[in-house]
Amino acid sequence: MPSIVKPLVAHPSLAKNALGLTIRDYEGQMSTLCAGCGHDSITAAIVKALWELSTPPHRLAKLSGIGCSSKTPTYFVNGAHGFNSAHGRMPAIATGANAANRELTYVGVSGDGDSLSIGIGHLCHAIRRNLNMLYVIENNGVYGLTKGQFSASTDVGSKSKKGEANKMSPIDPIQLALSIGATFVARSFSGDKAQLVPILKAAIAHRGFALVDVISPCVTFNDHEGSTKSYKYTRGATHAATESDFVPPASEIVANIGPAGSTSIRMHDGSVLQFTRVPDNYDVTDRGAAMKYLREHPGQIATGVLFADEGIPDMHEMAGSPAGALVNVPFEKLCPGSSALESLMANFR
Amino acid sequence: MRSRINDFAIKLANVNGTGSASANSLIMQAIFRMGVPVSGKNLFPSNIQGLPTWYEIRVNPKGYTARALDYDLMVAMNAQTYARDIKEVRTGSYVLYDSSWPLDADLHRDDVTFIGVPLARLCNENFKEVRERILMKNIATAGALIELLNIDADVVAHLLEEKYGKKKGLRESNVKALKLGGDYIRENYAFPLPFHLETMHANDDKILIDGNTATALGCIYGGATVAAWYPITPATSVMDNFKAFADKYRKDPETGASNYMFLQAEDELAAIGMVIGASWNGARAFTSTAGPGVSLMNELLGLAYYAEIPAVVIDVQRVGPSTGMPTRTQQGDILECAYASHGDTKHILLFPSSPAECFEMAPQCFDLSEQFQTPVFLLSDLDIGMNDWVTPKLKWDDSYVPNRGKVLTAEQLEKMNKFFRYLPEEGTAVPARTLPGVHSKGAFFTRGSGHNKFGGYTEVPDEYQEVMDRLLAKHKEAAGYVPPAIIERRAGAKVGMITIGGCEPAVREALDILDEMGRPMDFMRIRAFPFTAEVEAFLEEHDYCYVVEQNRDGHLCSLLTLETPVAKDKIRPVLVYSGFPLSAKNVLDILAVNVEELNAIYR
Repeated sequence: MPSIVKPLVAHPSLAKNALGLTIRDYEGQMSTLCAGCGHDSITAAIVKALWELSTPPHRLAKLSGIGCSSKTPTYFVNGAHGFNSAHGRMPAIATGANAANRELTYVGVSGDGDSLSIGIGHLCHAIRRNLNMLYVIENNGVYGLTKGQFSASTDVGSKSKKGEANKMSPIDPIQLALSIGATFVARSFSGDKAQLVPILKAAIAHRGFALVDVISPCVTFNDHEGSTKSYKYTRGATHAATESDFVPPASEIVANIGPAGSTSIRMHDGSVLQFTRVPDNYDVTDRGAAMKYLREHPGQIATGVLFADEGIPDMHEMAGSPAGALVNVPFEKLCPGSSALESLMANFR
Repeated sequence: MRSRINDFAIKLANVNGTGSASANSLIMQAIFRMGVPVSGKNLFPSNIQGLPTWYEIRVNPKGYTARALDYDLMVAMNAQTYARDIKEVRTGSYVLYDSSWPLDADLHRDDVTFIGVPLARLCNENFKEVRERILMKNIATAGALIELLNIDADVVAHLLEEKYGKKKGLRESNVKALKLGGDYIRENYAFPLPFHLETMHANDDKILIDGNTATALGCIYGGATVAAWYPITPATSVMDNFKAFADKYRKDPETGASNYMFLQAEDELAAIGMVIGASWNGARAFTSTAGPGVSLMNELLGLAYYAEIPAVVIDVQRVGPSTGMPTRTQQGDILECAYASHGDTKHILLFPSSPAECFEMAPQCFDLSEQFQTPVFLLSDLDIGMNDWVTPKLKWDDSYVPNRGKVLTAEQLEKMNKFFRYLPEEGTAVPARTLPGVHSKGAFFTRGSGHNKFGGYTEVPDEYQEVMDRLLAKHKEAAGYVPPAIIERRAGAKVGMITIGGCEPAVREALDILDEMGRPMDFMRIRAFPFTAEVEAFLEEHDYCYVVEQNRDGHLCSLLTLETPVAKDKIRPVLVYSGFPLSAKNVLDILAVNVEELNAIYR
């Protein structure tokens, strides 16, 4: 994708994280997306989340498929390896990458075309494997790079720029993920950084696959009257089902507990995620309740962490992998050697 | 009359799912242990139970073990196929059948000796359970064959001991069933038959193994840690065996952790994606598949080629196009693999001819794939992969060090001013690569979109073309490192016979027969693409060359014409593609069609 080089001059007064890095150290190339694109706000939130988490840039792997959303890994953390793969295949590439080296932090950025059409099978199976990664869907309900076709997340009745209304039922990634055993699902809005950053941090800390569906209006092809993913519509229809406040494991846990009945979840890495239940009976640890809540509030975009379960083993735990990266296992441990082969040959006589 | 000792072929006709496979392999293994060169070809249906299945065994004292096509004994145990099975044997041969029921009069042939053994009746009288009666009928048949063919009874007893040592009941049933069949022959017929076995010592340093098992073992020895696949015939047993070997050899003795990751993917698109992801991160990763899987993998193979990421694909070829005949063999994926994916792509292919070579070439695939940072295919096929072959004992050289290619370390990166992914040093077309997680100076953006030599996105014509030209040079450079062709010359040879993969035994046999007919020909077996220098020289030095391969369209012929300067009229395709393993007879029959040309050149 085309990109523009940004000057790398950091203001001396910029705050530093635990690694002594400023937020500029987590930036990438200049975005070439349309001005006002929701995706750029998500990029900024990812930058902030990774900086706040003090993730070493070179220990991050950024992956994507094809589409506007999939261009964005170029726009954050220059010091990390990136992989802009093929349309819809990012979950498969990420699965292999993670299989080889479980020690890195994996951030995948995808879109609704990438994740809900061409790559929906891979997404589903990455969820089933509980692959340890943050998986962001930058969901704008439209094919932007090919200029405005409906996507699988376009709502019924939502109109294209040319005025045609979609008649087919949309796929809701949150409900899909919940139904196949996702261990962390959240939704947010690209225009709400205050909510998005803590969600992203919690998702990165999660043990396993963390799906974050971010409604991200397309200013060029899907921000008009009649679209249900326009800025105007989205701002009116989102409501926070939960609020999250992420507390990193190294820090003191700040008491920011909401009304009675709020739930704290200790993340796999020891950090704690706090949820304030907006509806009285919403429990983020109850899959059935989350699905019921979403079903009972059609037309509303429930945001926040909608479900999280830290008790499910991830892909490596299921496989009994070594604690370190497979790529670091020395060859001597992998090759059984000539004498083992010699004795094995007796089985083939 | 030529000696018939250790020189004959038998065909066993059965119904699949009735336990015939274990009786077949018992006989095959016993002959192997008697030290006699032997081959077994399983001609089976794409079905689990109830359809006709055949097993052919050929023994030959000189070691010709390609399919015979001429049967000395038909073991006709499937009433559904009696008619065609009895018709297939040649004059003077024998038919063993189950005489529990009379054979239809119209099946009778005067030129064939029928040996009736009431196998079903004997088993019904001696075994109680229905299932046991069915299974033991096969073993009773084996008992009859032991007498008819003079198979060493001690060897068989040993085999049963090894197989059922701890399962006393099963062993006793097997011994009893063998005796039922054997006793009946001894009491009612002259035995052994004029063609039969006698102990030899041709197999002392050999083993009996199928190619898929050997390939899996090669992947273990080559240090593969990530195996991603989608189940498909005939490649499934590569992964079944990899998993079994990994469980045996890859459990960390201290922690009990599994030093491998076994990923059964949702489809082949994902399987190759996982291989590419793992290789991008520096693991030795592979997938095993067949033609339909390669078709699906085309998309990401192009990505791996263009972004220069290693990937090893084991393609156990079966009959295409489309679903084709999944349990039949062919070499129909050569062109698909050579140029897999859209746009200009060219891949490295290795062609094993035996299980031993599968074992040898699997680690070479990883070495080449990492050295040249590109996909490498091991093009096996169903015949090699799923049939048991007598092959030299597999050997491993403990001094082997994996060739990981040019991978920059954190220390090297630290010293560098700036790293550019696609900028090779002088004298090579292969640039250095970096792995994620090592150093932020090594970070770059891997992409399948247009990129320049620095690794940056580009749509600039010259920048795009420069990278594409280097990729072509890289493929050519690989010719210096792939396994060379095997060439054997004969005195007086005027033409050459070129072949590939599992055709080798049939071609060698055909060449010996041709030599006896005064038509000596030089032999070349191509083992890799890109073609090595001697391939061009061989084509150059012969008036013309036959090219023996198992597909309709002459994939190897095309590849030779496309990738070497050879004139098209110097290539004579010899194409056999009906799905069964090749026989020397197939080759000779095709040559006979144009015998005038051959006669003219040897006049």
